[in-house]
Amino acid sequence: MISFNLLIAVSLGYVAFLFLVAFAAERRARRDRGQWLRNPLVYTLSLSIYCTAWTFYGAVGYAARSGFEYLTIYLGPTIVMIGWWWILRKLVRIGKTQRITSVADLISSRFGKSTALGVLVTLLAVAGTTPYIALQLQSVTQSLAVFAAQPGSGWDAGEFEGAAIWIAVGLALFTLIFGTRNLDVNERHHGVVMAIAVEAVVKLFALIAVGVFVVWGMAGGVSEMLARIDASAIADWQPVPHRWVGLIFLSGAALLTLPRMFQVMVVENADEKHLATASWAFPLYVLAMSLFVVPIAVTGLNLLPDAANPDLFVLTIPLATGNESLAILSFLGGFSSATSMVIVATIALATMVSNHIIAPIWLSSTQTGAALSGDVRGVIVMSRRISIAVILALGYLYFRLSGGGAALASIGLISFAGVVQVLPAMIAGIFWRGANRIGAGTGIVIGFAIWAWTLFLPSFGAGAVLSEAVMAEGPFGWGWLQPYGLFGITGLDPVVHTVFWSMFFNTGALVTLSVLTFPNPIERLQGAQFVNVFENSAGARTWAQSAARAEDLLIMAQRIIGHAEAQAMFRQEARAQGIDGYLPEVTPDLIGRLERMLAGSVGAATAHAMVGQLTGSAAVSVEDLIAVADETAQIVEYSNRLEAKSAEQERTARALREANEKLTAISIQKDAFLSQVSHELRTPMTSIRSFSEILREGEIDAEARARFAGIIHQESTRLTRLLDDLLDLSYLENGQVQLDLGRGSLADVLDRAVMAAGVPGDRLALRRDSASERVQIETDLERLTQVFINLITNAAKYCDADRPELVIRARAGAETCEVDFIDNGTPLDAEAQVLIFEKFSRLADEGKAGGAGLGLAICRQIMESLGGGISYLPGQGGPAFRVTLRHRARMAAQ
Amino acid sequence: MTGAAPEGRRRVAYLERGTYRQRRYRDAARILPLFATVLFLLPLFWPWDDAPGVRPSVTIVYLFGLWLVLIGLTALLSRRIRIDAPESENPAGVAEAPEA
Repeated sequence: MISFNLLIAVSLGYVAFLFLVAFAAERRARRDRGQWLRNPLVYTLSLSIYCTAWTFYGAVGYAARSGFEYLTIYLGPTIVMIGWWWILRKLVRIGKTQRITSVADLISSRFGKSTALGVLVTLLAVAGTTPYIALQLQSVTQSLAVFAAQPGSGWDAGEFEGAAIWIAVGLALFTLIFGTRNLDVNERHHGVVMAIAVEAVVKLFALIAVGVFVVWGMAGGVSEMLARIDASAIADWQPVPHRWVGLIFLSGAALLTLPRMFQVMVVENADEKHLATASWAFPLYVLAMSLFVVPIAVTGLNLLPDAANPDLFVLTIPLATGNESLAILSFLGGFSSATSMVIVATIALATMVSNHIIAPIWLSSTQTGAALSGDVRGVIVMSRRISIAVILALGYLYFRLSGGGAALASIGLISFAGVVQVLPAMIAGIFWRGANRIGAGTGIVIGFAIWAWTLFLPSFGAGAVLSEAVMAEGPFGWGWLQPYGLFGITGLDPVVHTVFWSMFFNTGALVTLSVLTFPNPIERLQGAQFVNVFENSAGARTWAQSAARAEDLLIMAQRIIGHAEAQAMFRQEARAQGIDGYLPEVTPDLIGRLERMLAGSVGAATAHAMVGQLTGSAAVSVEDLIAVADETAQIVEYSNRLEAKSAEQERTARALREANEKLTAISIQKDAFLSQVSHELRTPMTSIRSFSEILREGEIDAEARARFAGIIHQESTRLTRLLDDLLDLSYLENGQVQLDLGRGSLADVLDRAVMAAGVPGDRLALRRDSASERVQIETDLERLTQVFINLITNAAKYCDADRPELVIRARAGAETCEVDFIDNGTPLDAEAQVLIFEKFSRLADEGKAGGAGLGLAICRQIMESLGGGISYLPGQGGPAFRVTLRHRARMAAQ
Repeated sequence: MTGAAPEGRRRVAYLERGTYRQRRYRDAARILPLFATVLFLLPLFWPWDDAPGVRPSVTIVYLFGLWLVLIGLTALLSRRIRIDAPESENPAGVAEAPEA
């Protein structure tokens, strides 16, 4: 027989062991900053607080009553964990970058660091979690009662009645010691996490031990066990679709929103990679936890009398078969399930209560300079301690008042349905930037109200809070408000009914009001930060320039996160700014980082309010947002301008390069020409000189003298022509030429040119189209003739065809007239096409060069003076020039 | 200028093999919970009302078997996915393509 003393000794020994583990972990964490303690295994095991005493005892009872439906409670979380890449990873990242301390903090921080929302979610969490804590106390008390009921246990019924209060006190002690030891900047509790990891192993081991005993010890193997299951009452079970779907949804949502789950999953998470491991290891854990549930339930149903409570089969089966050590192990398993849940839930709730209720009240009560003068750290720690005590007291009170009557599972589901009201705000908050505070707050309030009306209040039993008449017919006889059948839909199970309607109206209100109302600037900033957490990890500026002094900020930070931490942070900031010492420049960025740091201890809303006290509430305004947006736009524009400029510079550089090439070529040409010109000037000069010398000596006959004088004349004429050309070009270029405008037909001009050129027909055959030449033009006819002559003589000089031929073609347009001169020689190459109109340019073939290479340059100047132009026309099979002239010459600028 | 000008961030249409594979693993990690949901709801369509009914042992084997398979797949994916690689939405680190 297990004596009371033995049981107490085992329990105390176990608790002492937990204390040791927690102490060791804390010490270790201080020594090597907790790296060793934080590994994926510990993280996964800490998640196992999802499995509470409800799971440990209640799942078997659930299976005995409703067959496989108990699995829904694990399938939901499994799906959520498998889908970690969607939601959990984002939550964990947001939790880290924003230093989120709780669910309430997440919601409050996302929706503009709203204190009201923080309070709301905190109240919801307390209301949803208190019954759950009561449930844990109840399960431990009930398990004690099982031992007491054993014949010869030798304890009074009264002895274990008091057990609940002692358990509550013991848990409060543990939580006080390890939960409020430090006001950490990351709100992490190494001791607690290690202890619950150990507890996770204990409870899994205990349940599997009982399961193995049942399957192999009693039934005699797996197939035997399956046969027994097929023969049991569970064989009649079939799923109720709406419950199956509804409960999978509910439990999956609860995994995200339960305060204790959020605490271990997001707040205590040390490394995102741990989540990757937990994504499969946690489902594996709950699979192991639920594997033996049905065998134990079936065995219990077969073995024990009908009156036996199926919730306690895990304990009563070993006891009934005389396995006392297994029974004690099983008791410890249940005990550890209960304690780990209560500890973490209490810490999570205490954080919320102190950060979102007590701290704001305290801040507003000590209005001026509270952040500087008050003992913030002491107040926060004390408020946590009081919160822990109060929450556990509430749980105990609920346990006493409810009388411990209802089946365990139903309390669990009621609690789930309560906390799940945060889900729409949470999901919308991290995926939809448009979700705002008003929508989220209203949604939660409506969901909370529906939950309270349709599930929580009725759960005390008809006639307890709601009268039987209200339960049956609704308040004031309004049937559509009947708690279990809103709008007359009565076919649903109460839990699913509540989940459906509360989620429906909660989400509906969130979406509708978010669409219709407008968020404030901080909400919008935070919304962008949360939704785009993977894109920009840098914090947004939530502060404009402020008047706060660095020293004040340091004093405040020291009071909250401790001297060493605060000084380290300030020193680092100062160094980053290139300043010696501890006092950096107060920039909006510094204030933003400081606020996030403080938020890790006291929550976003409180941190924001405290920083606000110092900085004179210079929080970001719409104008600042616009300024930031402007800044960005300016940067973008500036970069665009730079790009455009660099493109322009590239173009300019290219043009310059081309010009330079041209200049170089021209310079070379010029040099060549100069030597040519000096050569050409010297040749006639030489002959003029020598012939004139001969004439001066006078010993020659008249015939020779006449010949010599002729040569001298001819040579000096050549020189004069050359000088005339140069002079002419110079005039034309400087616009000093006088135009003599007159009217005439193109054909006449061409005739005159052909005649003046005097090219013999065998040297160059001319082909003209007289019809096209009948165009009246008004221009300087003499000058135009000069251009034509030049072109014709050029063709005669340079055409290298066997039968040289020049085609002259005129084409009159609306305003201009084009005259093309196309011969059948060798076309010019691209280089020559460019250079040919330059002064002094001449084709390489110098032999035929009669002129000085000024002809085409002069032609171009003339045509430009006449308002037309001359250009080389490529692709005609031979050298081709196009002269463009206006019907009425525009007087060129002179 | 990085980050300041969204236009400056170049999206890359084609990735090298390793990055491509990473993206597909992530796709798989996203789609897996949907398959899990459908498969876990499948027992609702079983012939519960027919004469022999559905034996609970079949239900056990199906649900736990499916559960194990999903755990195995998730384990495989979570090992393959490099969690600290940059997001697909922001290929700044993945695809530092030469400025074309």
